[in-house]
Amino acid sequence: MRKLSLDNLNKFFAAVAESKTIYLPVDQKDGSAKYAKWAEGTEWSNALNTVRSPKDLFFPQTEDLMEFKTEGKNIEIIDIRKESEDFVIFGVRACDVKSFEVLDRVFLSEPVDSFYASRREHAIIVALACTRPSETCFCTTFGIDATEPAGDVSAWKTDSALYLKANTEKGEAFLKSIEALTEDADTAEVDAQKTKTAEIMKKLPLADLTTDAFGGGKTEELWNNPVWDEMSQTCLGCGTCTFVCPTCQCYDIKDFNTGNGVIRYRCWDSCMYSEFTRMAHGNNRLSQKERFRQRFMHKLVYYPENNEGLFSCVGCGRCLAKCPISMNIVKVMKKIGGDK
Amino acid sequence: MQKITRDQLITKAVELLSNGTVSAVLGWKKGEFDYDITPAVFTTEEEINNGFVYNDFCGANFSKYLVAKTKKLEGKILVFLKPCDSYSFNQLLTEHRFDREKVYAVGIGCEGMADVVKLKNKVDGIVSIDYNDDGMYVDTLYDGTVKVDYAEVMAERCINCKSKKCVAYDELLGEDGEVIDSARFDEVASLEAMTPDERFAFWQGELSRCIRCNACRDACPACTCEKCVFDNPGSGVENKAPVTSFEEQMFHIIRAFHVAGRCTDCGECSRVCPQNIPLHLLNRKFIKDMNECYGEYQAGAEVGSRAPLVDYTEGDLEPGEVFERGENDA
Ligand code: SF4
Ligand code: SF4
Ligand code: SF4
Ligand code: SF4
Ligand code: SF4
Repeated sequence: MRKLSLDNLNKFFAAVAESKTIYLPVDQKDGSAKYAKWAEGTEWSNALNTVRSPKDLFFPQTEDLMEFKTEGKNIEIIDIRKESEDFVIFGVRACDVKSFEVLDRVFLSEPVDSFYASRREHAIIVALACTRPSETCFCTTFGIDATEPAGDVSAWKTDSALYLKANTEKGEAFLKSIEALTEDADTAEVDAQKTKTAEIMKKLPLADLTTDAFGGGKTEELWNNPVWDEMSQTCLGCGTCTFVCPTCQCYDIKDFNTGNGVIRYRCWDSCMYSEFTRMAHGNNRLSQKERFRQRFMHKLVYYPENNEGLFSCVGCGRCLAKCPISMNIVKVMKKIGGDK
Repeated sequence: MQKITRDQLITKAVELLSNGTVSAVLGWKKGEFDYDITPAVFTTEEEINNGFVYNDFCGANFSKYLVAKTKKLEGKILVFLKPCDSYSFNQLLTEHRFDREKVYAVGIGCEGMADVVKLKNKVDGIVSIDYNDDGMYVDTLYDGTVKVDYAEVMAERCINCKSKKCVAYDELLGEDGEVIDSARFDEVASLEAMTPDERFAFWQGELSRCIRCNACRDACPACTCEKCVFDNPGSGVENKAPVTSFEEQMFHIIRAFHVAGRCTDCGECSRVCPQNIPLHLLNRKFIKDMNECYGEYQAGAEVGSRAPLVDYTEGDLEPGEVFERGENDA
């Protein structure tokens, strides 16, 4: 394990930034945090997590795919892909690191999404252990250890230092590149922090939430549950839950007429929207109940069914904090699981 | 803290359900942490006793739900209206958006609601909340029990409440209040005092956080088009995500203009925004301008009133004068 004195933090960012773009959580004007590029003077946020998840850096909200130019009867197809360069995402929480695995299984399975794949290959993820989880956190439900985040490098922040441990070759190369700023360290301080955080994790209000009622093969059992009617009654269909969710992965591909050609782009879509997966005959989910059911069944039943039991929720709590009507996956899991 | 209690509302709801006046109740349902309350439809006494709550986090405005619920449900639906909700209720009636006969409205006084974002910025790890006369006692994960004054966490829209008067109801619980001479236009005035460049920078900064989730539109009681132009693939402006920041601003400006004169200044748009964008200021500016140019007008104050923008009186400002105002602003 290596240790970086917090006094050297800015030197560390500067050293990394010399060769790579580095994204890290920074405070926004309204008090919340977002991922932003580091530049001289940028302050690393203390926030537990960002409103928008770091998935944006692999799967941006909008992205141009290709361009068509027409001249007479000729159509020229232009590849407008920009080459990715190496970049670092710093300070990613354990839940969000896990979300990359959920996304990988979608975008990196055949046919591989080359836009996503290129960014994934070029990214170095420096993950940060949590010490002050929020009441809305329930990563443990999905077997995620907030004190030992995955990623290319795991990091622990104490009052005076940042401890760093490489988990992958990429991570090792990264630590090597900043070796001059760090020193060898034992794990005593990190171990103490982990024990302390683990105690807090046990006391979180959602600590006893289980996935017992869910998983692959449950479609028939859960499909007609009256809970869907009841809980979707006041859902606005706004899609906030899907846009802040680190694992939501649906997108739409659209053409934009530029006047003398067409730009084909993709943008996030939401199963909560009336225009989602619209086909020639219209939308196959006509009511908000059906759309609402889709979101939770996808995360808790369909996805695990196709991915060896892996759920596509990581317990980050963003939807709990941001839904305008405070409806969320925890309420659904408890209601169906019979907890309340 | 609210003077109206949960028990009062439950008693009223159960009474109206059991005597057959209504067949369903729109109310607030308890959540996991006492602040995460969900609007819900209750149809039995048992459901009400188990889940109905009322406290300082019951800010959601139910009026818009009536558009869909009155179409769907048999019989009447009971709705509780805080003063600001009652303006939205009237405005929806003015626009013939639901059948008044299918609603039983109970007006309830309001002491001002809390803003969960303000609370969370103050207190970490909220486990539960107790409401006492002298403040909220918040049980936390890290700092034991923390006392928070109601005033410290009151929502902006409630600090600048325009009226404590319920303008629509079949029955009123508690005492009715008065229209208030509030300071709600002060922030608009400070925006007006900026140079155009500063103002542009202000809005660009705020709107740059927008994730285009549409929560502002979906919660707004004035946004009740069956098919929003931004959801309609045939409209040519449909988009699920802004391609450029210009487009993002267009969304907000178009929405603001579309509800101009109909916006009651209920504040729902800003309350629901996950990025805390002060959207209500856009229409508050319009309201201020309309008041100055065409005389005081409050949307939803009564049913059937004509908004200045769709009305003509001889005293109306001439187009040239409007143009000059714009010139002076620029
Ligand atoms: S669950 Fe909440 S955030 Fe999601 S669409 Fe419904 S109202 Fe919006
Ligand atoms: S469903 Fe909610 S808690 Fe789960 S990963 Fe998505 S935003 Fe986080
Ligand atoms: S859900 Fe877990 S990993 Fe994510 S921020 Fe909370 S404690 Fe950390
Ligand atoms: S609620 Fe906020 S983030 Fe969502 S579309 Fe409206 S302004 Fe944008
Ligand atoms: S624009 Fe905002 S303040 Fe005006 S009616 Fe709609 S939600 Fe209320």
